[in-house]
Amino acid sequence: MPNQNTTTTPGSVADYRRILRRRWLLTALLALIILLSIIADFMLGPSGLPLRDILRTLFDPQSADPTTQVIVWEIRLPYALMAMAVGVALGLAGAEMQTILNNPLASPFTLGISSAAAFGASLAIVLNLSIPGLPYSWMIAGNAFAFALLSALLLDAVARWGGMNASGVVLFGIALVFSFNALVSLVQFVASAEALQGLIFWTMGSLSRATWTKLGVLLLVFALILPLSLKDAWRLTALRLGEDRAASFGINVQRLRLTSLIRISLLSALAVSFVGTIGFIGLVAPHIARRLFGEDHRFYLPGSALVGGVILSLASIASKNIITGVIIPVGIVTSLVGIPFFLSVVLRRQMK
Amino acid sequence: MLKVNHLRLDYGKRNIVPDLSIQGLTRGTLTSLLGPNGSGKSTLLKALAGLLRTTSGRITLDDQDLTRASFEQRAKHVVYLPQSLPESVHLRVFESVLVAANASMYGAQTDGTELETIYALLRRLGIEHLAMHFLDQLSGGQKQLVGLAQALIRKPRLLLLDEPLSALDLNYQFHVMDLLRQETHEHGLITVIVLHDLNIALRHSDYALMIRAGRLLAEGAPGEVITAQTLADCYGVNGRIESCSRGIAQVLIDGLRDPIR
Repeated sequence: MPNQNTTTTPGSVADYRRILRRRWLLTALLALIILLSIIADFMLGPSGLPLRDILRTLFDPQSADPTTQVIVWEIRLPYALMAMAVGVALGLAGAEMQTILNNPLASPFTLGISSAAAFGASLAIVLNLSIPGLPYSWMIAGNAFAFALLSALLLDAVARWGGMNASGVVLFGIALVFSFNALVSLVQFVASAEALQGLIFWTMGSLSRATWTKLGVLLLVFALILPLSLKDAWRLTALRLGEDRAASFGINVQRLRLTSLIRISLLSALAVSFVGTIGFIGLVAPHIARRLFGEDHRFYLPGSALVGGVILSLASIASKNIITGVIIPVGIVTSLVGIPFFLSVVLRRQMK
Repeated sequence: MLKVNHLRLDYGKRNIVPDLSIQGLTRGTLTSLLGPNGSGKSTLLKALAGLLRTTSGRITLDDQDLTRASFEQRAKHVVYLPQSLPESVHLRVFESVLVAANASMYGAQTDGTELETIYALLRRLGIEHLAMHFLDQLSGGQKQLVGLAQALIRKPRLLLLDEPLSALDLNYQFHVMDLLRQETHEHGLITVIVLHDLNIALRHSDYALMIRAGRLLAEGAPGEVITAQTLADCYGVNGRIESCSRGIAQVLIDGLRDPIR
């Protein structure tokens, strides 16, 4: 029976409501995929534990032998969850960054924010920086954040006051990547042997240092930042219509950019100081999210975070299973997949 | 009523508008802002929109001093459409208007604009068939109409448009001007448009302001403002205003007043 609503509701409104429903469904679907991917990531690994043992250890740790306990509780589980957590953090950071800089090639990794964070972190390690009363590992993350924010502000300043176009900003960002990578190498060169071991790990993003504490901190910060991002969702979408237009709609564009850059820096810095530089998640995820959700930031932002989580979780599975018995640093996997993607975005822009 | 009293505008150290006053633009009038390139039209418009700091002077809208109003307060009453068309983003037309309505809202809050209202506006502008299209699929003229919808959904009292016709073909130029006039009259807006085409100004506007080097040269009915004398003074051309066979006034330009230096 045709319902009454179809006659009173204009076509577009009903169409739009249908689109909204589809987006909610898609969001739920992505969340489900993440869950499945985490489970798969958790089940698979070089130790080749049988499924029965894994499940038994998970639900009844006491009954398993100590090795299996360690593998399940100290390696597999934090590792799999960390992949997801870093993925959602980088996905959100990348999505906001592409909006703020109005640039489809922007991401914490491609424009040097991750490199800056890595430099900040390694500086803290080598100089043994410490503030009384503050744990050492916080100092590393804090310094990473300071440098990430500095480079983000520099990028923003160049993009706006330098009047640079999108490709100019990308080139400037790449210059930042090179500079900070060189500085990281310099720090490595002068570092002591033991500090060096810890440092190498930043240049090769890897989930192998995942711990429950780091996971907790990252998830907590993400849980605090996501609502703040969503609070600005209308504004960020309006910014996509053009800066002058957004300003005329009563948006304080300068403040919006600044708060967004702080969020981006915080997410990138934490991700980097916990697992090293893992590239291209923040670049790829927003593109996929735009295709799936459009640019209504109420959906695009969480969508990009979810896509980022899915990608890194899948990359983590791949990193454990490409070569049997070996775990490749996951940063290598994401780079190998991300570089062709990066090139395809560049080429598509050139052709326009 | 929009009034401007002794407005002074500077870009850094460069003075753009020394001292400009406008008697009063009343509700329901469409005013064209005319003048040669670099005369300060766009700067004046931006200042009215609050996107530029005024050095001194007052801009009052219905007795509210806009120069002292906060950013958010002003945005409630004033909407400015920049010269560029809305950017080609992957947003549906319908969504982009929804975003414009809610732009200053936080989180999942909305300003209460019903989806039906947006659809009704799109229908009024004759673009309801584009509602579900993406902005990056539209032609220039269609985009400008969407830009207009984004502005009108905010129910401004003062609507400011910077050369809205520059990217449009003839058909859309007429379409946009007709719509602007209709919206202005029906909803009692004060609409100010920066225009280059004097014939369009003559034909479609209720009032005209002509400025040169930041100074108001003439204001009044378009027919009184656009004259052989002001054409000479303002644009440096020899011209006539003549009635065509249907009695519509047309600007005809005979040539430059001074030979090119």
